[in-house]
Amino acid sequence: MDLRVENLSHFYNDLEVLRDLNLTIPHGEIVCVIGPSGCGKSTLLRLLGGLEKPSKGQILQLGEAPSGSLNPLTYVFQDFALLPWRTVEGNISLVLEPHGLSAEEKERRIADVLERTRLSDFRQAVPKQLSGGMKQRVAIARALAVNPAVLLMDEPLSALDSQTRELLMDDLVGLWQREPFTSCYITHNLNEAVRLGHKVVVLSRRPGLIREIVDIDIPLSERDVSNPKLAALQQQLWEMMRDEAQTADMELAAG
Amino acid sequence: MSDISTQPGQQTPAPAALDAASGKPVSFRGGGFAPKPRKLVGLAVFVVLIALWELGSRAGVISSLVLPAPSEAFGAFMDLANSGNLWRHLSASLQRLVIGFACGVSLGLIFGTAAGLSSVARAAITPLVSAIFPIPKIALLPLFIIWFGIGEGSKVATILFGCFFPMVIATYSAIDNVDRTLIRMGQSFSLSRAQIIWKIVLPAALPGILSGTRIAASISIILLVAAEMIGAEYGIGAYVLLAGNLMATDQLIAGVAILSLLGLTVNWLISRLENHFLGWRN
Repeated sequence: MDLRVENLSHFYNDLEVLRDLNLTIPHGEIVCVIGPSGCGKSTLLRLLGGLEKPSKGQILQLGEAPSGSLNPLTYVFQDFALLPWRTVEGNISLVLEPHGLSAEEKERRIADVLERTRLSDFRQAVPKQLSGGMKQRVAIARALAVNPAVLLMDEPLSALDSQTRELLMDDLVGLWQREPFTSCYITHNLNEAVRLGHKVVVLSRRPGLIREIVDIDIPLSERDVSNPKLAALQQQLWEMMRDEAQTADMELAAG
Repeated sequence: MSDISTQPGQQTPAPAALDAASGKPVSFRGGGFAPKPRKLVGLAVFVVLIALWELGSRAGVISSLVLPAPSEAFGAFMDLANSGNLWRHLSASLQRLVIGFACGVSLGLIFGTAAGLSSVARAAITPLVSAIFPIPKIALLPLFIIWFGIGEGSKVATILFGCFFPMVIATYSAIDNVDRTLIRMGQSFSLSRAQIIWKIVLPAALPGILSGTRIAASISIILLVAAEMIGAEYGIGAYVLLAGNLMATDQLIAGVAILSLLGLTVNWLISRLENHFLGWRN
């Protein structure tokens, strides 16, 4: 299933946050969206998944969601959004409960995603016992459990320290290689964007409009830290954003 | 105090023993401000106070008319227990307390949840709560006596009213404080509204709801005694009032001690509930 954004503009009262966006998130690809803070990246993601209504334009799902997909548009949140009173297993089961699955089917899905995210040993742990990286793994496992058509990731690694971030990036690449998923990945971290994105969408500062869409045709597996092409790409993206980021930084809040 | 005075940093070596080459150890100045549980201390305070009181009474320093010895109060308590009146008073009080508290808390939960979830309910309920909450409920007792009679009805109604308002406020503020990202998460996984309320909002609001219950419980004990003092044949409040009227200070102290135990028991029960439902916090 593809996701297409057509002539999308969005306002908060009179404040224009997004202007005339056109974008396609093609099946099986990770599209990274980067931009200076306050450019409406997160708003775009909330619009994509239907947590907010666009002021103008529309967002279309093209094609059918895969069979067995319980929740085609599924989020992974920056701050994990795990229920602290439920175990790892309970948190995953929460999102399966509304669908009236049989006990075996539920168990099969839980075991499968825990195995894919290497969490099988932590089934009965509660979020408080887990590190930030583990919590985000649980959140990713929960998202995978509903077999989503598009994963909407809102700065999923921003709350983590840089070492954990590296590990989780490897995990995400591993997950994608085993079973390619479609994703819109919001980040302010250029390194994440060039490591994970098949496409990088650069937004300008508010009102956010698309400045550039960069295709990266290096396979995900070859994008390690030492790859010079990647470093050049990251530099190029940074130059594109630098002035915007600086201006955005100097702006008064709610200006 | 002991936490501060026992810090190892107090024993800094004498500066004379040092010279420039060996350097001076950095003196410790952190620590403290971390109270630890010391259960025996609390018990010891009780024992010492009661022992001093008993000694004072026996030595004649404390007049037995003003403050009877603990042993006399205990004797009065045993008399009460042996005469069978203890159970009569206690059961009358407990019945009022349990009915009033349970109804008040349940109604408060229902109205508080409504106010927490619906804008219309909130707009309707909160001004009413703000207007009635500050009235000392005991001032309404005469009115309740006219409405519900001098018997159980007016006493239960007073307790019910006293519990209801703090419960409404605790519940809707607890719901206000539920992390909105958890609710958005529920929506993003297409959970129904009922499921979001039942599986996310209420469990997340439970800590606030239980601390509201704790407040409601202490208010209901206060109102219980007050209501019983105004007009009741049986009940701990009536017993204490009668003892006061008869200058039977030993019975009075025994009655007050029963009230203290009642309060402690209720608190303990709520702590057990908290441990059971909120174990995930630790």
